[in-house]
Amino acid sequence: MKPRPLIEAVGLAKYFPVRQGLLARNSAVVRAVDGVDLTIARSEVLGLVGESGSGKSTLGRSLMMLDPPTDGQIVFDDTEITPFSDRLLQPYRKRMQMVFQDPFSSLNPRMTVGEILEMPLRFHAAALDKAGRREKAEQALETVGLPGQYLTRYPHEFSGGQRQRIGIARALILEPEFIMADEPVSALDVSVQAQVLNLFARVRQNMNLTMLFVTHDLAVVGHIADRVAVMYLGRIVEIAPTRTLFAQPRHPYTEALMSAIPMPDSGNRRQRIVLKGDIPSPISPPSGCAFRTRCPYAVLECAQARPPLRLVEPGHQSACIRDDLTLVSPLDAVSEASPTWARAI
Amino acid sequence: MTTAAAPLSVFATPAWYQNRTLRRFMRHRLAVMGTVMIALLIMACVFGPYLLPYDDLKIDIRHRFAAPFTGDHYLGTDALGRDTAARLLNAGRISLLVGFFAMVISTVIGASIGVIAGYYRGWLGAVLMRIVDAFLSFPSVFLVLVLAAFIKPNPIMITVIIAATSWMEIARIVETEIRSLRERDFILAARMIGASSRWIMFRELVPNAIGPIIVAATLTIAHAILLEAYISFLGYGIQPPLPSWGNMLNSAQQYLGKAPWLAIVPGLAITLAVASFNFIGDGLRDALDGRSDLK
Ligand SMILES: Nc1ncnc2c1ncn2[C@@H]1O[C@H](COP(=O)(O)OP(=O)(O)O)[C@@H](O)[C@H]1O
Ligand code: SF4
Ligand SMILES: [Mg+2]
Repeated sequence: MKPRPLIEAVGLAKYFPVRQGLLARNSAVVRAVDGVDLTIARSEVLGLVGESGSGKSTLGRSLMMLDPPTDGQIVFDDTEITPFSDRLLQPYRKRMQMVFQDPFSSLNPRMTVGEILEMPLRFHAAALDKAGRREKAEQALETVGLPGQYLTRYPHEFSGGQRQRIGIARALILEPEFIMADEPVSALDVSVQAQVLNLFARVRQNMNLTMLFVTHDLAVVGHIADRVAVMYLGRIVEIAPTRTLFAQPRHPYTEALMSAIPMPDSGNRRQRIVLKGDIPSPISPPSGCAFRTRCPYAVLECAQARPPLRLVEPGHQSACIRDDLTLVSPLDAVSEASPTWARAI
Repeated sequence: MTTAAAPLSVFATPAWYQNRTLRRFMRHRLAVMGTVMIALLIMACVFGPYLLPYDDLKIDIRHRFAAPFTGDHYLGTDALGRDTAARLLNAGRISLLVGFFAMVISTVIGASIGVIAGYYRGWLGAVLMRIVDAFLSFPSVFLVLVLAAFIKPNPIMITVIIAATSWMEIARIVETEIRSLRERDFILAARMIGASSRWIMFRELVPNAIGPIIVAATLTIAHAILLEAYISFLGYGIQPPLPSWGNMLNSAQQYLGKAPWLAIVPGLAITLAVASFNFIGDGLRDALDGRSDLK
């Protein structure tokens, strides 16, 4: 039996009007998210990967109803929340929270850590008095591995990794069911990244969290995600359980992303696929398959119609029309020297 | 543990030196000088008139046009034999108070409009900022004179008129600041929590814009003092017998050849006050520049 989805997006789209030139008002739109269907089951961690500019953050923010979508529906725990006003959304805010990429801009520099952590409680736990809020904030700090007496300090007194922990504590303090983490380790040093990822893995276990974990780094996704969605120019081009995706990528874009993961000691079969040019402008994406301008396997038919996500095997969907391809997996060359996550999956 | 970690040096760092903002301000020599000057000027205006031997309104025809530093009128006397020092300090009370309250009013108006325009953007922000532009496109002296010609010039009205023509710069500065601050992720985090617009504006955005607001406010005092002097000099401002630095200049005009000190004394006071506030503003701009400690 399939687990009940916690959050679901149907045909989700987010367009941003852009002004081109002085007089032409709203003559064009950026199709940042362009028709995304997505389901995240309870207690599942879905990784969302793609190059910078592919629309991951916009998709995440739309799911959280921070930027109301242009089109499509969002269903949270069997309730469609898309048409909800801020007031109606308020009870849902408690149930979904966000962790941000930049630990420097995500904490108000003029508030103490205590004020930052108590803020969600002011809005969502009115029954708690000052002392109760303080106690909860202290607990939240300890959950993320920081001593409780840091509550009186200001964000600038902390390192990037510590700040990110504070950001995680803020997201967890209301005990949400769903967390959207937007590149939460991208801004951190590699050594700190592993610690913060472990923290995510731990709280996810302990709090039975459902997560959308956004990253441009496939190696990070290998650590933490149960399933991975690959995004390109506002669309999901492949989605599969993490192991399946790594073992048998079915979309050439996924193959290219994977070929860029550094893998020591891989055989000579593994070659980095260097994508031609930049990601095209989401103002005028290529017709047909949006990836065709950079795809090494593109054929004429690729330009004809936008390929829908199709089931290629149970639980594995891809939006490439070519079923004849055998794509290279980074796991083909896994050896003792490979990173732990690659050996684990 | 704290005692063990304390430095062994006998000379402890003074507490104020630990505050980075103050430290940066103290390094700005002109700003420190400006602060001292303003402090002295304020003390002189508050207490001076009680200490001087002469009342500012006392007419003494026998000693008209006494030169400064002669006799017991320290800064000489005017055409009616009134003590210039007493008049200067009493005028300073008026001029500084007008400047101060004009600053308070225009800061409140300007900051409010800037915060609302920067936060809401959209049509509301656009309309507000076009109003700011419209006000700015009038030369403010002209605006003040037009207003002063219609309104009975008492000190309160002069303050209001000056404030009404001085808030636009602050509105612009605050709008720019709020506009960039609201793109930061902590605003998104506040929205994610469901914080109200009021909370976001006044608890999240304004505290982060306080530096530019203070700097702009300080520069506005300088501007307001100058503007008061200007309109009073032209005869539309503070009306005699109430003295202000501006109307002292006005009455000094006729005797420029005979008693130039009557113009020089209030002129110096205006220059000193305006320059000092400008220096303080510059010092604060450097000291409060968030970028160095907000990282
Ligand atoms: N507020 C906005 N206004 C206009 N364009 C935007 C806005 N936010 C994002 N975009 C555009 O949408 C596209 C996707 O951006 P984003 O979601 O940030 O991608 P990612 O997170 O994958 O790097 C980019 O081309 C970006 O320029
Ligand atoms: S549909 Fe064509 S262009 Fe698109 S990924 Fe497949 S082969 Fe490449
Ligand atoms: Mg992003």
